[in-house]
Amino acid sequence: MAESGKIDPMHQFAIEPLFGTDHWSLGSFNIAFTNSALYMVLAAVVLWIFVIGGMKRELVPGRWQMAVEYMTGFIKNLLIANIGDKGRKYIPYVFSLFMFILLANLLGLLPLGLVGLHPFTFTSHFTATGVLAIMSFSIVLIVGFWKHGFHFFSLFVPHGTPIAMVVPLFFIELVSFMVRPFSLGLRLFVAMTAGHVLLKVLAGFVINSANASPALGLTVGTASFILMIGISALEMLVAVIQAYVFALLTSVYLNDAENLH
Amino acid sequence: MPQIAQIAETYSSQIFWLLLTFGFVFFVIGLGMVPKVQGTADARDAKISGDLDAAKAAFARADEAEADYRTRDAANRAAAQATLAKSKSEAAKASEVRLAAADAEVATKIAAAEARIKGASDAAMAEIETVAADAARDMVARISGVDASDDAARNAVKAALAHG
Repeated sequence: MAESGKIDPMHQFAIEPLFGTDHWSLGSFNIAFTNSALYMVLAAVVLWIFVIGGMKRELVPGRWQMAVEYMTGFIKNLLIANIGDKGRKYIPYVFSLFMFILLANLLGLLPLGLVGLHPFTFTSHFTATGVLAIMSFSIVLIVGFWKHGFHFFSLFVPHGTPIAMVVPLFFIELVSFMVRPFSLGLRLFVAMTAGHVLLKVLAGFVINSANASPALGLTVGTASFILMIGISALEMLVAVIQAYVFALLTSVYLNDAENLH
Repeated sequence: MPQIAQIAETYSSQIFWLLLTFGFVFFVIGLGMVPKVQGTADARDAKISGDLDAAKAAFARADEAEADYRTRDAANRAAAQATLAKSKSEAAKASEVRLAAADAEVATKIAAAEARIKGASDAAMAEIETVAADAARDMVARISGVDASDDAARNAVKAALAHG
């Protein structure tokens, strides 16, 4: 991390193979078990444990069951609000997506650095968010063409378009449609990366100013530290909001595929 | 930026592990467990709304029963009041009749008693007259030596008694 006294705020995003798995491969592709993969597994396991606690299926729920049912109910309401009653069948997918991203964001914010571990946020990698975005986009395409066939292309021509405008508008709408997976994946990646970089930069201010002189440490360092506390709270909010935005946009896109117009 | 700098070495591992972990999340948790959790919540919602409907129906029935009770109560009250008024007037009539009979009896008794009193007082008056006439004759005989007639003495006594 330290390179001649400098703190590299980007180092936290570095992917390192763990447990000597550098040379694991599938065909010619490297599939090393990295710190990123570790956090994916952690997110999945934490989510698994969370949902197991909601499987008691009691008529009068306990706190844990209540929490799990609140989350599934939240996704159900989101889908019904955007798609209608037909949205119920997407609950498993959108719930998985939302909770997986949410836990990835939150686990990456854990202050594990205090005990010498390196937390990692795999949602700050567009290789990961891109896969999730392409997955959502593919489901939209599959559902759209499955349900409406080539009529799905009418999505690109809004109702009441003058004949002369049909062709240009078709291309504009097509572009905005094709941009969706990029905006979906990049939004999450950028939001998480920016937040973590900001926190690391401010942490660097605290350390470097304190090293430079006590006066600087007390002024710049203290101010930066107070700012960090606020931004940490903001980052938790962003972690939730970005997961919500991903799930919300997925359900909005699914609505296009399900109901066309 | 490691996201870009490392992309060539890491993209396959990232995609592989993401698909693996998200696949687990989707197939085991999303498809296997979430519908059961949601089913429990839906069943509870259905039970709550069913119970609420039942409670509402019971409430309506209770209202109906209360209204029914009220009308019956009012009818019973009116009937009771009518019975009460009827028996009151009957009793008043009966007591009037008996009172009149008792009044008449009392009046005859009073009249008889008054007659007896009058007879007794008349007899007593006559007695007093006779005694007074005798006394007057005696007094006249002693004072004047004239033997006054019985009638004259009686008339004198009457006149004296009448004057008081």
